[in-house]
Amino acid sequence: MQLSKDELLTAYRTMRTIREFEERLHIEFATGEIPGFVHLYAGEEASGVGVCMHLDDRDRIASTHRGHGHCIAKGCDVDGMMAEIYGRKDGLCAGKGGSMHIADLDKGMMGANGIVGGGPPLICGAGLAAKQLGTGGVAIAFVGDGGSNQGTTFESLNLASVWNLPCIFVIENNGYAESTSSKWSIACDDAADRASGFNMPGVVVDGHDFFAVYEAAGEAIKRAREGGGPSLLECKLNRYYGHFEGDAQTYRGPDEVKKLRESRDCLAMFREKVTGAGLLDLAQLDAIKSEAEALVDGAVAKAKVAPTPTAADLLTDVYVSY
Amino acid sequence: MARTVTYQQAINEALAQEMERDETVVVMGEDVAGGLGTDGERDAWGGPLGITKGLYGKYGDRVMDTPISESAFIGAAVGAATAGLRPVAELMFIDFMGVCFDQIFNQAAKFRYMFGGKAETPVVIRTMYGAGLRAAAQHSQCLYPVFTHIPGLKVVTPATPYDAKGLLIQAIRDNDPVIFCEHKALYTLEGDVPEEPYALPFGEANIVREGDDVSIVTLGRMVHVANEAAEALSGDGIECEIVDLRTTSPLDEDTVIETVENTGRLVVLDEAHPRCNMATDIAAMVCEKAFDSLKGPIKQVTAPHTPVPFADTLEDLYIPDAAAVQKAVKAVMESSK
Repeated sequence: MQLSKDELLTAYRTMRTIREFEERLHIEFATGEIPGFVHLYAGEEASGVGVCMHLDDRDRIASTHRGHGHCIAKGCDVDGMMAEIYGRKDGLCAGKGGSMHIADLDKGMMGANGIVGGGPPLICGAGLAAKQLGTGGVAIAFVGDGGSNQGTTFESLNLASVWNLPCIFVIENNGYAESTSSKWSIACDDAADRASGFNMPGVVVDGHDFFAVYEAAGEAIKRAREGGGPSLLECKLNRYYGHFEGDAQTYRGPDEVKKLRESRDCLAMFREKVTGAGLLDLAQLDAIKSEAEALVDGAVAKAKVAPTPTAADLLTDVYVSY
Repeated sequence: MARTVTYQQAINEALAQEMERDETVVVMGEDVAGGLGTDGERDAWGGPLGITKGLYGKYGDRVMDTPISESAFIGAAVGAATAGLRPVAELMFIDFMGVCFDQIFNQAAKFRYMFGGKAETPVVIRTMYGAGLRAAAQHSQCLYPVFTHIPGLKVVTPATPYDAKGLLIQAIRDNDPVIFCEHKALYTLEGDVPEEPYALPFGEANIVREGDDVSIVTLGRMVHVANEAAEALSGDGIECEIVDLRTTSPLDEDTVIETVENTGRLVVLDEAHPRCNMATDIAAMVCEKAFDSLKGPIKQVTAPHTPVPFADTLEDLYIPDAAAVQKAVKAVMESSK
């Protein structure tokens, strides 16, 4: 699958924006200004972007606790996301959702999800709606290695197969469900092995490699759009931070993250590949980095001074009518 | 034009008429068509009690059998509702909420609030509840109080064929998630039902019987138990006013308060377990908002705090009956002289 220069720039810009967003949140969270729980996606960018580069607004995704990257990859407004994470009234969800519930249905983003394994059943519904209404859309459930062990995921794999839905289940295996190793908690070698039991293709890719994810996701999405049914894609990758911000990560080996950053960083791998092939030059990539930094700087600055919701907002938005 | 149909036929008719009116309405659940994947007849069952029988013949693939995977298909109904369909999912027994509750209370109920008012989830979950069929502890519960507790859900408990049709049509047209609770012992109940489609608004209780001595606030099958008790009490010179809540969320507080203001005496009758049920909810609300109108203590008539028993002798003791209601009404009269 050949990507144009513009598409390569878009891919890098999106991954870079996610990285800047998450690295900045890591710093800002430590100041105590951000309420609640924050789960960072840094290190996993190639997965969300490699999949979502194939999608448009008619396509739906459902995300996880670790949802910021999926939101940005699916086109959610970065200012609105940051304001939401700060609990501001002009956040994407009016300050009522927060990091774990950022959503933008107009963009096809059905929400980060505070329930592990909450997304796959919803994605069966989005796939069903696309099929019944003939939109040509597909629906993607991002699931972590932890969520891959939930009954909801197994049930959804089966239902998607039985109903032949245009759904793709992307297992982002970052090696840890909270602090528990996926090598221990997943009974088979790869989560993707389970696909055969549901009569669908299951593929394992290096989730650090944008191009590998893009290629494998493209095949699955094309098949789904053409009526060929669901697929399972397992992206093996790593997260650079804890399960949540504040996690001391005592379960990880010494220098584990440092080594990963040096050897398996998806952004570095992307730069190397595109510059090595003469597709983009470093100056272009550096310029994108600066743009992403400025975008996130602006988002944080705006979020910090944005108005907070007030008593008048507490009781609204529960029902359409009541 | 009204004719006499059963509660079950009223539900089937509401589904058919809404599917006819709006092609985004789809029906899904275990065996709702029946016969898929077999050598036998399609539309073999129409659900285990035949409630959806005939819909598959008329609407084909808009009536979808599912594997026995409540989390997946209830969640799929919820997800589809956010994406342009109006699904009516059948959760065969309300007791099975245990294997899909997350998709109802953490997903469907919360989308609109969590997403800052930008989500609409027009899903209906039809489900069968209640004791009386010797179906024992895992197929007989009255779990509507659990759903009523959750902000974001609407909860409907029709007592008659007329209400079943009108409230189900409203549920399907409604833009919020609705838990539509059908009492299994009422499916064969007959009543006058107009042939044409009509919607009954939520949050409007029905004064089933007028009287000035004691108010009986109740819902679902217990409306009929209250009627039986009221008939007998009338012979003793006690006139009961019966309020059928129709929907527990939204709740028509005004009608409850008005009836208490009228009679000054209250019996709350609920088939659910006694803790945190509709009886306690109504009693607390009346104490807070209409205490001065009460001439004496409120009485609650409910099932006991036990699982639903199997043996007929025990289940008959478990379900609140007219005798228990009569006793409670007389006690309220006695304590408020």
